[in-house]
Amino acid sequence: MPERRRFLAGMIRSLGAATVGGIAWMGFLDGKKSRPDILRPPGAIPEQDFLLKCTKCGLCVEACPFQSLILARPGDERPVGTPYFKMRENPCRMCREIPCTVACPTGALDRSLVSDRDEQGKRRLNVNLSKIGLAVIDRETCIAYWGIQCDACYRSCPVMDKAVTVEYVRNERTGKHAILAPVVHSDHCTGCGMCERACINQKASIFVLPRDAVMGESSARYVRGWESGDEERIEGLPDETETVTPRSEKKALDYLNKGDL
Amino acid sequence: MKLTRRELLKTTAAVAAATAAGISVPKELQAAAKKTEAGWKWDKSVCRFCGTGCGLMVATKGDRIVAVKGDPAAPVNMGLNCIKGYFNAKIIYGADRLTEPLMRVNDKGDFDKKGKFKPVTWQKAFDEMAKQFKKYYKELGPTGVAIFGSGQYTIMEGYAAVKLMKGGFRSNNIDPNARHCMASAVAAFMQTFGIDEPAGNYDDMHYSDTIVLWGANMAEMHPVLWSKITDRKLSNPQRVKVVNLSTYSNRCSNLADTEIIIKPNTDLAIQNYILREIIYNRPESIDSEFVDKNCVFATGFVDIGYGLRPKVDHPKYKKTELDTASKEAFKIITKEEAAAMSSLGIKAGDRMEMKHTATADAHWAISFEDFKKGVEPYTLDFVAGLAKGDADESLEDFKKKLVTLADLYAEKGRKVVSFWTMGFNQHVRGTWVNEQIYSIHLLLGKQSQPGNGAFSLTGQPSACGTAREVGTFSHRLPADMAVTNPKHREITEKIWKLPEGTLNPVLGSHYVKIMRDIEDGKIKWVWVQVNNPWQNTANANHWITSARDMDNFIVVAEAYPGISAKVADLILPAAMIFEKWGAYGNAERRTQHWRQQVTPLGKSMSDTWQITEFSKRFHLGEVWKDWKIDDKTTLPNVLSKAREMGYKDGDTLFDVLFANKEAKAYKWPDPIGAGFMNSESGGDKRNVEGFKGYGFFLQKYLWEEYRKFGLGHGHDLADFDTYHKVRGLRWPVVDGKETLWRFNSEYDHYARQANYGKFAFYGVAFKEIPKGDLMGPKGDEKVKLPNKAKIFLRHYIDPAEVPNDEYPFWLCTGRVLEHWHSGTMTMRVPELYRAVPEALCFMNAKDAKRSGFRDGELIWVESRRGRVKSRVETRGRNLTPQGLIFVPWFDENVFINKVTLDATCPISKETDFKKCAVKVYKV
Repeated sequence: MPERRRFLAGMIRSLGAATVGGIAWMGFLDGKKSRPDILRPPGAIPEQDFLLKCTKCGLCVEACPFQSLILARPGDERPVGTPYFKMRENPCRMCREIPCTVACPTGALDRSLVSDRDEQGKRRLNVNLSKIGLAVIDRETCIAYWGIQCDACYRSCPVMDKAVTVEYVRNERTGKHAILAPVVHSDHCTGCGMCERACINQKASIFVLPRDAVMGESSARYVRGWESGDEERIEGLPDETETVTPRSEKKALDYLNKGDL
Repeated sequence: MKLTRRELLKTTAAVAAATAAGISVPKELQAAAKKTEAGWKWDKSVCRFCGTGCGLMVATKGDRIVAVKGDPAAPVNMGLNCIKGYFNAKIIYGADRLTEPLMRVNDKGDFDKKGKFKPVTWQKAFDEMAKQFKKYYKELGPTGVAIFGSGQYTIMEGYAAVKLMKGGFRSNNIDPNARHCMASAVAAFMQTFGIDEPAGNYDDMHYSDTIVLWGANMAEMHPVLWSKITDRKLSNPQRVKVVNLSTYSNRCSNLADTEIIIKPNTDLAIQNYILREIIYNRPESIDSEFVDKNCVFATGFVDIGYGLRPKVDHPKYKKTELDTASKEAFKIITKEEAAAMSSLGIKAGDRMEMKHTATADAHWAISFEDFKKGVEPYTLDFVAGLAKGDADESLEDFKKKLVTLADLYAEKGRKVVSFWTMGFNQHVRGTWVNEQIYSIHLLLGKQSQPGNGAFSLTGQPSACGTAREVGTFSHRLPADMAVTNPKHREITEKIWKLPEGTLNPVLGSHYVKIMRDIEDGKIKWVWVQVNNPWQNTANANHWITSARDMDNFIVVAEAYPGISAKVADLILPAAMIFEKWGAYGNAERRTQHWRQQVTPLGKSMSDTWQITEFSKRFHLGEVWKDWKIDDKTTLPNVLSKAREMGYKDGDTLFDVLFANKEAKAYKWPDPIGAGFMNSESGGDKRNVEGFKGYGFFLQKYLWEEYRKFGLGHGHDLADFDTYHKVRGLRWPVVDGKETLWRFNSEYDHYARQANYGKFAFYGVAFKEIPKGDLMGPKGDEKVKLPNKAKIFLRHYIDPAEVPNDEYPFWLCTGRVLEHWHSGTMTMRVPELYRAVPEALCFMNAKDAKRSGFRDGELIWVESRRGRVKSRVETRGRNLTPQGLIFVPWFDENVFINKVTLDATCPISKETDFKKCAVKVYKV
């Protein structure tokens, strides 16, 4: 780690420590509101819990071999001392050893979230399970959707052909070419941001945001009959279904007996 | 207005058609566009990058390029572009553009080879350049000077360069970087068809049922063509099949029905398997009528070496290089080679002496029975065992794929196009693999028809148009003519108005040999134009040392500082594409012209201008006297003949070659250039060192003179003005009509003229060859082969260098989508730089794990010749099988050509950048 960074990490750490008396960690925001688009290292637990557990020790930032992880400084609009990525500038390289997560002493970065079992049932790190964020494509400015032969994002993806695939569509305008358009798949996208850096547009047309900022949630009471395994989505749901709308909030008898027609 | 459904459909179709032709913009949109584009002037041009030849529209305002768009009217791309083409508007505005001549000088400002670069005037640059030229020219004669030319020359630039070099200086030492790119394709075209360049055109992609890629990563290297193939696949996914053969998995495989990962060099064996399969197991698939009428069987020698230095213990070789170097003299035959060449009586353990290195191109006619005997050993079992490239694939799966491939070729009624680029061309047997793909197509009668044919793609924007058609090679003259042919020299001397005997009949040095000659002190003056030889040539450590440490003078014309500029003694700032008038010829024989759009930056001037200005510094008396070329040849003094032609000894080469009476008849200004500048002909606002222009239309003159070479024998080009009214034309252009499928009487005027039936392979080169059997030519009888093509038998042999215990990995090099060649342009476009800032070392994850490498870790890649550092990548676009690594060559910080081997195809002299042996280890 370059000297300057080591110094900086140390400084911010001590700054955090000096201010700790009585102030909740998560409130320490340099007087400004925290941004909603903070991208945390692989294995980060949900943001509210993360802010409670992260001691701003900077060990994850020190461990990053590519100096991609940044320790938030005053003015960064992120809780000072916490780690984050700026994907356009220096994305996560998805080290198979996940040194940042492994370095975390508090569980704010949780190894179990980026681990699975190998063929022999042995526990192992699997960086492809990372959920740093999700890449989103602005199809209106993405030149591949115009028909230009660009698949820079696709080609930069470390989980190529799973997280980003290329969809082939005939170019009806020319009648002789195909449009090769990138598509992101949330089940495989780790949010590493390599695509965001690679995008050749002036401002990236593919960019990573926190998953809950961009993902919807479909009804738990409908299963896609054409999608094998879609049932897994509703595992563990309570049997009871509760639905209340303004129309149904009154009891039936109240409705029937009260009020004019 | 109410439209019926029928009318609506009609209107929609019309709009679609109009859109395709680029003329359907609604009125309001047009008005809006005009408003935002106030003051913009649009004109047609061509993309600067690959051999696809996409049409562009370029907008200028205030003498700057302000925007580009894909030309909607260009048939190739219909308004589309790829990621590189998208940035054409930025490529000339890199922050470190070279804008004035720079020379290495001492404190006094005089030239000093060990000095630092300082700006000098053009005057001083040319003075020193001429002084040094004359010194070495006097010492060594015409063979002591050389030009590294380019497949990115405009046609007129290349023509001017050849004319000055061959006609003026009487040197054949001009060779383009295209030698590294498609020389093998050329050699095979000439040997097979007797005429260069593909028979088909890009429409083949829309007609074919089967696309077979043999070493062509089109998804990255020809993206717009790839989108055509993708469209064809989508149009009928069940019928249309795509097969991708490669030594590693690339992204073409996404579309492919079958991916075949092969061991390097075994494409030769697979071709022979297909030929064997056709002949032995599916004889009904042979088009006998076509073969009998239009083909002859042929073969050549196998002991032809590897294009390495003939002197295997050359003193400049490092000790570590000697074992590979020795392969030029002999090799010990392996079990596989013995099995492949058993029809020649070759046995495992034999010592094969390379007896035919000097006559590698010799070939002779053989019988069908001999041909059949020759391919007999290439059974499925043998070839599958030899060729399987991925250790993680089962032999049975691999066999099935080979059978599928043979099925697709042999199926009656199934149209097949085979494409290749560097996988075939950059190959120690590049000419052979090119020839054998024609063998397959010819045997099946699937050639020169819409959707049927073997189609060689080119890498560079004018590899065809300039390097090949103009003939900027050490052995060529325009229109497929050769310097060694007295008749061809005579024709050229006539067109160029040179005294008889001016042209040098001795082959010049090819690209790699120029480098070797510099190292041997045989060439001491070099001019580099539109390419980057010290980055693009294999085994680069040798060439860098000899350029910097030996007695020589190296001039590099460049737009940006790269490796070659860095090794130079003098740098000339070159005008770029939109800063000059020009023309390129693409891979489907389409010639496309453009006008100068803006004034060149700084004091930069076009290569054409540099050539013509330099030519002013030589009098006929200095160059047209007698010159000893070698022990056998002395060029005659032609001055007295010159005087008879009206020339004076004091005339300059400029007067004779470029500013002659005919040239001056092409007036500038000219209506075709109304509203456009022409820095060479009319000067420009800069008045660079007082230059006011030549006063005549230099480029038009060069074009009109050049096209005289091709008229009337199958190379016809249209007149200059026509190309400014159309979106390119595919030659031969006869009676104003382009030719879509050559050698096919239905489409080709010359095939009809031959009056030989449906097909006529009318090329004239190598059409009289000896007869013989598998072992060699027999007797003096020669067979004439008018209108016939050759079906070659060529054998599998190991490459010059194969992995061993010390160097256990194959190294393959190549390009990436985002960068062009050595990156001098694309590494200066911020967006492309950010997308791919460095060259990575693609490696199989198992190999990386075994070596203890992490992804992104910097490692050494080392061969017998040199080493570079690169970062490990086990994921992403190129998935290599175990035992093979891939490193792109665009990044001068990962100078991979220090590692590669300068072995070439002995026939084409094209380097094999795809295979050498390396080790990898931690930094």
